[in-house]
This record gives sequence, structure tokens and C-alpha cells, in this order.
Amino acid sequence: MSASESLFAEAPRALPEPFASWFKARGWQPHAHQLALLAQAGAGRDTLLIAPTGGGKTLAGFLPSLTDLARRPARPAPETAIHTLYVSPLKALTVDIARNLATPVAEMDLPIKLETRTGDTPPSRRARQRLLPPHILLTTPEQIALMLSHRSAADLFGALNFVILDELHALASSKRGDLLALDLARLRTLSPGLTAIGLSATVARPYELAAYLMPHRGKAATRLAEIVVAGEGARADISILRSDAALPWAGHSARYALTEIYAAIEAHRMSLVFVNTRSQAEMLFNGLWRHNDANLPIALHHGSLDVAQRRKVEAAMVQGKLRAVVCTSTLDLGIDWGDVDLVINVGAPKGASRLAQRIGRANHRLDEPSKALLVPANRFEVIECQAALEAAAEGAQDTPPLRPGALDVLAQHVLGTACAGPFDEDRLYREVTSAAPYQGLLREGFDQVVQFVATGGYALANYERYAKLKRTPEGQYRLAHPRIAQQYRLNVGTIVEAPMLRVRLARGRGGALKPSHMLAAGRVLGEVEEYFIEQLMPGDTFIFAGEVLRFEGLRETDAIVTRTHATEPKIPAYEGGKFPLSTYLAERVRGLIADGQHWRRLPDQVSDWLRLQAEFSVVPGPQEILVETFPRGARHYLVCYPFEGRLAHQSLGMLLTRQLERARAAPLGFVANEYALAVWGLNDIGAMVRDGRLDLAQLFDEDMLGDDLDAWLAESSLMKRSFRVCAIISGLIERRHPGQEKTGRQMTASSDLIYDVLRQHEPGHILLKAAFADAATGLIDVYRLGDFLRRIKGRIRHIGLGRVSPLAVPVMLEIGRESVSGEASEILLRETVEELVAEALGEHAARQT
Amino acid sequence: MLRAKHDLMPETAPTLRSHLAVAGHAMRPLPAGALYWEDERTLLVADLHLEKGAAFAALGMLLPPYDTRATLDRLTRVIDAVQPLRVVALGDSFHRSECAARLPAEDRDTLLALQRGREWFWICGNHDPHLPASIGGTVCATLTICGLTLRHEPSPAASAREIAGHLHPVARIARRGTLIRRRCFATDGNRLVMPAFGAYAGGLNLRDEAFALLFHRHRLEAWMMGRANVYPVIGSLLLPD
Repeated sequence: MSASESLFAEAPRALPEPFASWFKARGWQPHAHQLALLAQAGAGRDTLLIAPTGGGKTLAGFLPSLTDLARRPARPAPETAIHTLYVSPLKALTVDIARNLATPVAEMDLPIKLETRTGDTPPSRRARQRLLPPHILLTTPEQIALMLSHRSAADLFGALNFVILDELHALASSKRGDLLALDLARLRTLSPGLTAIGLSATVARPYELAAYLMPHRGKAATRLAEIVVAGEGARADISILRSDAALPWAGHSARYALTEIYAAIEAHRMSLVFVNTRSQAEMLFNGLWRHNDANLPIALHHGSLDVAQRRKVEAAMVQGKLRAVVCTSTLDLGIDWGDVDLVINVGAPKGASRLAQRIGRANHRLDEPSKALLVPANRFEVIECQAALEAAAEGAQDTPPLRPGALDVLAQHVLGTACAGPFDEDRLYREVTSAAPYQGLLREGFDQVVQFVATGGYALANYERYAKLKRTPEGQYRLAHPRIAQQYRLNVGTIVEAPMLRVRLARGRGGALKPSHMLAAGRVLGEVEEYFIEQLMPGDTFIFAGEVLRFEGLRETDAIVTRTHATEPKIPAYEGGKFPLSTYLAERVRGLIADGQHWRRLPDQVSDWLRLQAEFSVVPGPQEILVETFPRGARHYLVCYPFEGRLAHQSLGMLLTRQLERARAAPLGFVANEYALAVWGLNDIGAMVRDGRLDLAQLFDEDMLGDDLDAWLAESSLMKRSFRVCAIISGLIERRHPGQEKTGRQMTASSDLIYDVLRQHEPGHILLKAAFADAATGLIDVYRLGDFLRRIKGRIRHIGLGRVSPLAVPVMLEIGRESVSGEASEILLRETVEELVAEALGEHAARQT
Repeated sequence: MLRAKHDLMPETAPTLRSHLAVAGHAMRPLPAGALYWEDERTLLVADLHLEKGAAFAALGMLLPPYDTRATLDRLTRVIDAVQPLRVVALGDSFHRSECAARLPAEDRDTLLALQRGREWFWICGNHDPHLPASIGGTVCATLTICGLTLRHEPSPAASAREIAGHLHPVARIARRGTLIRRRCFATDGNRLVMPAFGAYAGGLNLRDEAFALLFHRHRLEAWMMGRANVYPVIGSLLLPD
């Protein structure tokens, strides 16, 4: 607290009128951080406010702007410029904030007009807002980019005083954050005197966010915004659910604990039940209702549900009509959802900060402790939950570090800038590098991006006549054709969704009575990823929107379904934890496992399991990697325990398989979970290590990130997915829009073909660099893998075993449950053919006997 | 005796067929997407769609301009490998007729070099109904070899003995939760539809209506293109898009 107190020392003791009276009338005392922020930002200093949820953060953010507006002499309407921009990552949040803000503005009778503008705002109102803007506009990063691409931008934002960036921690380290940073730099060019205010939850590295808010002059010196830190509030009261039921070895359903979860819900007024994926939410919701003897109002909320259904659930929550909501990260951000007194986190929390933010949802008041219950779904998750709980007790944070700004986003921004009018390259370069994520961008890289936007930027320069940007006689760049601005506006934004299909309930019943194409179309239940529906055959059952549905068939972009009486879906929809285990938490987990002294903090079932492992094999030390080899069935297995998350493990699995292939171990496949990796093959890997035919130090050498990585990426569907996203954001290919015939798959196919050709002929192209940068931190997590390989150098411990070890059981159980990764498709194609041959041979043999 | 499945899994299992038959003629589908008729020393390719990238650039999508080169490189490798005496391109060799005349000199030289020492036929397609003399070879509407008709669009006749292109067939199968979608040769033993050879040529699922009347349903096979092999998959395993 001492750091924040020193900050508050220079804060004013009271609010100006009429705010002081208004606070007083409600019996409120301004928080110290609200006054501090008012003092800093009110004096024109860019400021970052860090406050836990429930600290009156948003009102604090608006105080400098509201007091400034209230002080001004009333000017004759209409205004032509915006005074304050408020930006949030969620549409729903802007609407929520506008509603909350309307109350004080009305009650103090302030002459302030405030409006929202999102993708849902009708075009007529958007056009009007450009001509007659409100004082305060609440909006999203995409809308700012759109407004900046019009010629009117200079007038609209020329007198901008404040920009308030809410939930900055959620925005900053993403492509949306990059776009927002570029837009902020642009806004500063248009209105050099503006003050930026960032609002953030507690983060590991506040200086990064403080730098994000500031304009910089290239790489030379990073400037930091003022930082105001609110008091920490009461400590959270977190416990781990202890169940008498046997703890599962693997899986993510937490079904074993349904009775206890239900009991916890019954014992509280209102519970939020967080899970990591949509399908987990579905499973749990279904399970809870099967236990729901008291008929408690328990609802479901996730991003794939139909908007109308989500709004219904949200409204019921605010009105206090619900006892529990099973939800995913769609509820992670700071919307005020009423009277929650318990947060239940099912599955592993994956990161200390994520847990802290979820727990913040309970008890929206600073002075009362939040109450949370962690429900691990399997044995490893028990250990992870324990580690997260200890991290929370220390107040430790592990938000990911900011990474350099994405080049595909910059390409989009360059085109947007040209849409607003001709630009000068030198000036734009200075502006772009004043944005924190692009501070380190070299001129060469910037020029490549501009060339990419203009002509595709290919070494083979034969698109000059089709250029999108052309030089003016004064040497500036201008748009070649107004049509390009229209194209830009249709493709703006950095969110590229996986192609989705609507799930539509058929009226009437399919099956034997009527073929699916005869079923009348009924209500839309929501949307589901296309790849999930693709693997279904008509008649398969799956769980969605809280019920077991039967897939009848596809009609255009609708998946037609009917209700069934089945209680168990045929197709389990688990798609893995979406968030990888944070590096920080992984380290704590390794530490917890390594030392037997710590085990008594774990439930008996888990500590017994680790003890068994210590007897049978060894328990890995905190800095080493344990590699176990053993035979099972007709195969030989290698299991290792890096604890680096599923994505990094999958990449490791791909790369190890390639090397094992060369070493003639005849590898057949691999499977990864969050904690471990298992590779199997036909030859005895353990024996190969023992007699020196296979050198583990070499097998786990960092070298694998060279040629092998390159060769793998050439064909990796993960790289192709990254490339598709970059191709869309950068404007190389167009986004799909509702009503367009082109399906997502056709677009995937074509971006895949482009990827193949580009990689073969111009491997250094800027778009490939952008795709690699994304994949390396995201889907293939190579940086983390590299850190891991460096960490374990010289610390590999091999144990040859006669059979599977206790620690290996969870990952071994994933075999068959997890789909093998896409790159193995060659093996699968061969299998398909050979299985048919085997069947044929079998039939033949059967006939002969 | 039944053997466990994994015994059949080693990469060296000699179970893959290397040839298919069209109207009784043995042909070898190559993983590059070409079909080699060994008895006639004739190489068949379809839907090269050369200069598709340039055609898109004219519409404002500045795709990498290397597709023509990529396609010709692959064609060169196939020709070097099998040394055919005759090459037949089954139509839509150019994404647009005009592109053929504007083909960059370097690519045109590659094309003419490929034609040296062998017969070369361009069958016209809907994308390239008119082809200039500058690209060499013999331009024709259809070509018949040993009673087998080579054409661009499949004829509407049921069980025609022909090899065609035009439709760009791809096959999809699901396997252990993984979806595999590949270009393929589609055949029922009488008719064969070639996969598209062009680097930017998209694909049409073999379960699409456009294929429904072309093949005898129970004899349909999709020979799916892999990295080093072409994998025959029976029609009943194929999934729609």
C-alpha cells in the first residue's frame, strides 16, 4: 500500500462541484485512486490506473473528462468534434458503461451528450455521428479504425481531449491492441494535446501498459505514463474442492464432483461457474441439471450461443433471478453482473492472473473478500490448482509480456490511412513507431509493409499496373481507386473467426419418417465451429445449448438438428483447454511435484500417486526433464514431462517424431496434454538409448528448431491457419461476409494454396514473417519450446521401465481420445487404405474357416 | 487368420496399388496430380489455370505472382521423371484466354522447352476457348486415343469411356477425428475425372451433385493425392464438405 499512498499524497482532498455534492448525496466517499487519477489526468498527464474489479475503476476513468466538460461554458450546439473517446474490447461493455454513466450525467444535469457506436449501430446513425458527434463516444477499436479511414477524421478528432482505454490488460497484448495502438498514434497526430487514460486489472508488468499509453520517439527512449494503483482490497478466500470420489486420471469433465458443485451452488446466493471451453460448459450444465432436484435456476452462457439467448441470461443475472451461471471466458471481462457471492472455477485455472480476474467477479466490493472454489478435473489439475492457489495467496501475477506489433495489422492500418487521404511515408513511419508495439520497427520493415499494401511487395514486380497505392507528383502515397476504400471498410478489424455454422432446430422429427432435407427450419440455437460439424455423420448426437441434439444434415450454412432423448452424446466435443498453462504456473507446478515435503498440501489420492511414482520410477526435479521409456502391447513408448502446455508439447511431438524417424525408431504417433508428451513407435526406444543408438541429449537438442522446424512448418496446417488470418487482416484476401456464397472452407483452401506457392517462391515475404511470428507465440508456441530446450540442456534423466509408470497414466489415457494432429494425415491415409485391405483379408479368412 | 491392425501399419507395407484402370487401360496416377498412360507413353494433366494470380490481381487481390512458375515447375519435374512421348492438357490450361498471349517470356520459354521432342496437345476448356499459336502444341476440342476420349468437360452420357477435367475433384475423409481433404482422381473404371493441376486451382467435393451422374456409385474410387503416394479410397468413405 505504501507506493500508492505516496501517489495519493499529491491528490486533491475533494472532488469539484457538482460532483462532490452528488457523491455526498449518495453517501459515497471518493476512493483515493479516483482523486489521484483526476489530479494526474486532469492536469493533462497520460495515466494508467490499476485497480481490482469493484474499485470504481470506470467512473474514475471518466472523472477527468466529466469534470472538464462540466467546467466548460455551455457552447451552442451542434458540436463538430468529439471530446472524449472511450474504448472497450466488448460491445456489451460499451452499452453497459453508457447506461451506468447516463445516471450521474442526468442527476447532475450535465450538458453532456454521450452515445455508443459499435458494429450493431445502424449505418444512418453512424453517418450522423460523423457529422454531429456526441461529447463522449463509447466504442470499440474497430470502429475507431473505421472512423479514422474517412476524410472527416481530422475534423472529428481534431479537438479530442481524452481517450479512455478500458480493460487495457485484455487488449494490449493482442492484434486488436496493436490496431488500437496505431489508432492512438493517429489520434495524437490529429489532436496533439490529448490525454490517454488506461484502466487495467492487476498485471504482472504494469510498466508495459504504462508505455503502451505513451507516444514514443522510436526505439531510443521508452516513456511511461503516470501510474495510479488502487488499494488491493480484501484477500480472496480460495479453496480447492475436496471430494470423496475417486479423482479421475485424465479428462476435463469434472463429472466426479457434480454433487459437491451442486451443493456449493445451493449454499450460496449466486454462483458463477467458470470453465475453459464451450463444450466443457455444455457438459457441466447438462450434468448439473441432472442433479438439480431442487430445480434451481441454473443457466448457461458461452460465446457460441445465440445472442438473444445470451442477453436473456444476462438480464436474468442482473435481476438476481438466477442461482448459477455456467460460463466461459465470455464473462471474464469487467461487466457488472450483480450479486455474485461465489466463483467456482472448474478445471485448471491455467494462469495466476486469469484466476485473480475470475475471482474478482465475486463480491463486487473492495472491502469484502471474494470467495472462490477451485474444482480440478483430474490429478494433474489438483497440483495445478494448488500452485495457483498459492500464487493467489502471494498476489503473484503472470500476464503474458507484450510482443512486437504484428505486421499484418500494420498493413491494414497503412491502407486505412491512405483511405483518409494521401500520406507521406516519412511522417507515417514516425507516427507508427511512436506507438509502443511498433517502437522497434525498422524503416526497412515499414517500407516492406507499405510496398506490400501498394503492389503485394513481391520480388517479382509485375503487379505495378494493379497497384492499390500510387505516388502523387508530390511524392506522397494515395489510393489508386475509391473502390479500394470500400474494400478496406468491409475488411477492417483483426478478429478472424473460425468459420461458423448456425445450429438450427428442425421443426418436426427426422430419421425414418422424413429425410433431413424435408425438415422445416426452426429456431437458431447458436453457432458452432464448422470443423466440429464436419466430423459428424447424420444421426450422430452431440451436446449443444444445454441439450443432446441429433445431427440431421447440413443445409447451406445451417446444421439442422433435432432433439433426442439420449442422455449421453455420441460425439464428445472436448477440444482441449484453450489457454496453455502459463510459464509461471508451470514452474510452480514443477516445484510442487519435485519436493516430497510439499505433497502433504495435496489431497491423499494425489500425494499417494506421486509417492507411487517415486517408488516405481522417479519424480522429476524442478529443473530437469524426466524421460521414461517402456513397452506396451506391441509398441514402445517414450513419455516426457516438460509441463509447458499442450501447444508446445504438440510442436515438440512433431519434431521428436521426425528425429526418431531418422534414428530408425519407426515412430507411429504421439499425443500431448498440458503436462506431458507420449511418443510411440515400433522399435524399442529404451534399448536404443541404452546401447547408444539414440542419444537423448541430441534428441532434445535445440537444433531441432532449425531445419526440422522449417521442414515441418512447410506443411503444417497450424502455419496455414496463421497465414490465413494474416492474409485476411493484411487485406491480401477478403473476409467472408454474411450472404456471400463463398464458404470459409473455400477461403481456407485458397489461402492454403497461396501459402504453398509463396513459401516455395518467396520464403522471405513479409506475410510469411507475420504468420510465423503469430504461430511461434501462439499455435506452435516455439519460443516457449526453445526456452524449455535451453533450460533442460544437460539435465535429461532417462528411466527405462518394464511398464507404464503412474505419472504416465494420464497422458496414455489421452491416446485415442485425442485426435492426432493434422500433420499425421499421410499416416492416416495409409491406414485407411490398409484397414480396408485388412478387413477384406479378414472376411476372406472368415469365409475360409 | 486375422492379424492385429498395427502389423499392417509400417510405412513399408506393400499394400498400395500403383495403377488404376480406365476402360481396361492401365494408368498410373502420380502424386503430383498427373496421370501417366504407360502403354501410350502419354502424360495427362488437367486444369493448369496458368496466370490465375495475374487474373486476380486485376480484380484487386494481389496474390503472389508465382503460381504459373510453380505449376510449370511441377509439370517439368513430372515430365523429367516419366519422359512421355506425348502430353495432353485437358483444358483450362490458362485461367483466361487472353493470359495465354500475355504469358511472361520466361514462362513461355519454359513451356516451349517442355514441348521439345514430344507431341503436345491443348484441349480447349471453358476458361481458354481460344489459344494463340505462341504457346506451341496442337489445339483441339477433344482427342481420342485407343478408343478413349480425352476432353475438358465430362460428357453427360452415362458410363462414357473418357478422361475429363473441369470439375477439380477433391475427396474428404475423416479419420480418428482428423479431416483429410485432398485433390483426387475420381474414377469408376469407365470414366475418370482428373484433379486440377494448377497451383491456385481450388477444388470441388466429389460428393457434390455435379459428380452424381458421372459415376457408377458402387464402383467409385477416389485416388487421393498424398506426399509420395496416391491413395485409393472407396467412395463410401467420402464425406461431403
